[in-house]
Amino acid sequence: MTGPPARDEDAALVAGAGRFVDDLDPLPGTLVAAIVRSPHPHARLRSVDLSAARAHPGVVAVIGPDEVRAAVRPFPLSTSTPMPYLPAAVDVARYVGEPVAVVVASDRYVAEDAGELVEVDYEPLDVVVDTRTALEPAAVLLHPEAGTNVATDRSFSFGPVDAAFERAAHVVHGEYTFPRYSSVPMECYGVVAQWTDGADGPAVECWANFHGPFTMVPVAAGALGVPVSRFRLHVPADIGGSFGIKSGIYPYVVLMALASRHAGRPVRWTEDRVEHLLASSSGAGRAMGFSAAVSGDGVVEALRVDLVDDVGAYLRPPEPSTLYRCFGNITGAYDVPAVALRARAVVTNRAPTGLNRGFGGQQLYFGLERLMDAVAARTGLDVAEVRRRNLVRSFPHRTPTGGLYDSGDYRGALDLLLAKGGHDELRARQEAARAEGAYYGVGLALVVDPSGTNIGYVGLATPASERRPGRDKSGSTEIVRASVDLQGVVTVLLGSVPQGQGHATVARRVAADRLGLPVEQVRVVVDMDTASTPWTVTSGSYSSRFAPLVTSAVVAAVDRLAETVRAGASVLLGVSPEGLELADGSVRDPVSGRECAFRHAAGVVHWDPGALPAGAPARLATEGEFVPPEAVAATAEDRINSSLCYGFVAEMVGVRIDPDTLVVTLDRVATVHDAGTVLDPVLLEGQVLGALVHGLGGAAYEEFRYSPAGQPTSATFLDYLCPTSAETAFDLVSDHVVSPSPLTPLGAKGCGEGSSMSLPVAYANAVADALAPAGVVIDSLPLHGSVLHDLLM
Amino acid sequence: MKAAPFAYCRPDTVDEAADVLAAGDAKVLAGGQSLVPVLAMRLGRPGTLVDITRLPELDTVAVADGELHVGAAVRQRRVERSPEVAAVPLIGRAMPFVGHRELRSRGTVCGSLAHADPAAELPAVAACLGASVVVRGPRGERVVPAREWVTGAMTTALGPDELVTGVRFPVAADGEGFGFAEIARRHGDFALAGVAVRVRGDQAVLAAFGVSDRPVVRELTVTDPTEAGLRPVTEALAAEVVDTDGDAHGSRGYRARLLGVLAARELARAHREAHA
Repeated sequence: MTGPPARDEDAALVAGAGRFVDDLDPLPGTLVAAIVRSPHPHARLRSVDLSAARAHPGVVAVIGPDEVRAAVRPFPLSTSTPMPYLPAAVDVARYVGEPVAVVVASDRYVAEDAGELVEVDYEPLDVVVDTRTALEPAAVLLHPEAGTNVATDRSFSFGPVDAAFERAAHVVHGEYTFPRYSSVPMECYGVVAQWTDGADGPAVECWANFHGPFTMVPVAAGALGVPVSRFRLHVPADIGGSFGIKSGIYPYVVLMALASRHAGRPVRWTEDRVEHLLASSSGAGRAMGFSAAVSGDGVVEALRVDLVDDVGAYLRPPEPSTLYRCFGNITGAYDVPAVALRARAVVTNRAPTGLNRGFGGQQLYFGLERLMDAVAARTGLDVAEVRRRNLVRSFPHRTPTGGLYDSGDYRGALDLLLAKGGHDELRARQEAARAEGAYYGVGLALVVDPSGTNIGYVGLATPASERRPGRDKSGSTEIVRASVDLQGVVTVLLGSVPQGQGHATVARRVAADRLGLPVEQVRVVVDMDTASTPWTVTSGSYSSRFAPLVTSAVVAAVDRLAETVRAGASVLLGVSPEGLELADGSVRDPVSGRECAFRHAAGVVHWDPGALPAGAPARLATEGEFVPPEAVAATAEDRINSSLCYGFVAEMVGVRIDPDTLVVTLDRVATVHDAGTVLDPVLLEGQVLGALVHGLGGAAYEEFRYSPAGQPTSATFLDYLCPTSAETAFDLVSDHVVSPSPLTPLGAKGCGEGSSMSLPVAYANAVADALAPAGVVIDSLPLHGSVLHDLLM
Repeated sequence: MKAAPFAYCRPDTVDEAADVLAAGDAKVLAGGQSLVPVLAMRLGRPGTLVDITRLPELDTVAVADGELHVGAAVRQRRVERSPEVAAVPLIGRAMPFVGHRELRSRGTVCGSLAHADPAAELPAVAACLGASVVVRGPRGERVVPAREWVTGAMTTALGPDELVTGVRFPVAADGEGFGFAEIARRHGDFALAGVAVRVRGDQAVLAAFGVSDRPVVRELTVTDPTEAGLRPVTEALAAEVVDTDGDAHGSRGYRARLLGVLAARELARAHREAHA
């Protein structure tokens, strides 16, 4: 290695000096918890006897259904369907791994020993595991009081859909399924929680590797009946990855707060890998149907989309957001004026789902981009040509569902992809392979990559007529605090809860650039403490918020500092503050060419504020906020601009399939991204590669499977297969086009998720293309030799 | 994911280790790459673990009397890197497929034999070559032919009161050729199907793994040594020996397909090597 590390964070991480939740011991005397979980996918709890566990030496407290029922309210849901969700089973366990009891003891070994003494009399119930089966009227019901397994069912129509289908030259239809998988963070969940009863009432203080607070802190506080002001969350500066998966931690925070209440001591719970794979979270599985009304020359005039998400046993917030996160970009990269959508979420006897890198995008684009290949096949057009004919061409572009694509150059990106990715070369390889009876395929995916979600989309799960006036939701405000100390060093406080992305590195450079300072004169402190760090109901690390939102708030905060520093400099330079320039660590008067050091200008503000011009700000500790423009609540017609920014990914995959063994080899991945202004090319490249590998996991390796009886069959790393470095040695071509967003001060858009949405379907399209001569239908993932063998039989 | 309570014992001699095992309810701890996860998930809960990794008598690799001797405390990685392994080329071919390098730096050759995963490489290599497993127990020492060693999935001829002390692989002779291949979902995973092959003249021995509850050994005469010529033979063989139910990683039919392909490829390769 030559030169300094690409990121400020790396030196500590590679030296083992990170500060992860398990490295912290914030409360001396903390006890350790283990969770007793249901081995049954669906069973009534006839009785739960905790007495033997409570009597075990070293055990301080054991809580079960009685304690949970008495103290915890069901989490507030975004639909009114009666499917109450608590952090543990109280009457019926509905998935394998659902918590039933918590043992608090002196250490984890003792807690697990005592956990074996918890006696639960289970009455097994019939199960429903399959998504489509769960929809049937006669299906086993998970929540009988709801009378259905359908947790939410909404239909939308925008534009002249029926007319387009009536006059269509071709109607192309496809049915697809998308599997459940995760991003498998290296660090599992970790919680330290303390319950205290004070003069003002109960309070909870917790440490968790949760990338929030966002809406989950109010949800958790609400379940415990504690005001948000007395629910204090600390997030460690280092989190070992999440990719959305750790948003499923909040029920455990509630459970551990309750355990602490009964133990009278703080409680730590560290999720182990078996627990994580069994019961933490995953992306939602989806069954879907897509239809396109297509003109004679291959133009898609309208879409009909039917989405059914399997959200597991409960509609755990923020589900059913997998259905709605991509609402504004449901027509993808294409200029389709009319779309009809039915969006359903069903409960099954599987673990609850939630955020996973790409959230909702990989599911959506699997259907849409498989469909575009079907449109190509029907019209006889090349898969690139049919896409080109339908691409959005001018920006800003308003989608029929309300999205506002802020900027882009989709055709330019596609052309760059085909040229730089060697499309003709790959097609030549295909021709050569086919000539000798071998399989080679080329797959494309063009996707819109939304970032900075508008929380208003959450409202869509409720019909417009039932949305209460004055209770609308919109936006995703970020607030950043920044200050200048006596020696002119700038500190930026980030509550952006990074999980390894390198936020501090980027924020430091953004602030330094903006203030004309060397990066050495800027430091970044990463700390989320809901009692002292500014936060909003949308604060957190998700939906690629950092680049579009957090850096914008950094700009706002340091711009305010700059204003104060200019005032200080005006005293030293004897000129008015207006027009003073900050550069090279100095404040310069462009007229006279005189300058003073930034730190001396700041020193005036600290030591001699009486000298400042009248009315000049003396504030060297301030906050800046960014309130995204164009992010407003859903309209009465259910249109919503569901994200602030819309980036673009054009991706091409070449696969070689051994005709004897059917082993699929990634021959090439070519990917062109448009994330607006590039803030840091190395970190962007890292995000692209990481998202590709996550996508590859879903495409070829990973799946949370269940037996027909509801037992998980991929609950260890022996069966749940993540791609490793050995699987990532593919030929990668990566490039960028830059269409700055007009809606963010730096022009930056998010970039952390794009290829996790596009690679799964690009891979599927490539495999389908390779096996086209064999007439094989590819409509699901993952795809590997055994699957292909069975399809070919 | 914490082990249930157990006693730990680290004997100074093999006799002492054998005595602890003879007392019952004990398991041998060597590399721990399979045993420790089993303990952590509480799928097994032996009363006592007998750690044999510090027994010098078991920590030897040597060629003697036409055999490569590998003691029970010897890590896979050490064998892989030892000069002696050149005497048994098939081990060198197979070893890169055994887990990952990190696992091989802990795991032992004899531990793999004792664990007897149906998809493990080393039991198949031992069976292919006609190796011998050396066992010590209350009734003294005995030697078990590798082809009789595995008696079912994760089950061997080892008694609960016995200790594997080593394994002996026959050294390769002039005019022998070898082949080894497997296909797994990812590099380092247990094989969906694999073969270890030895060819001498027109006589071949093939051990298939990942396709049944134990390595399946077949001897055959090679008439047409080309891959294409061998395929009908190996496909018929695969149809006969594959009796696993299969799983999501590899259906029974897919495993049979793989075995037919890999067996033909490796027999052809080994034949070329034997006749080079």
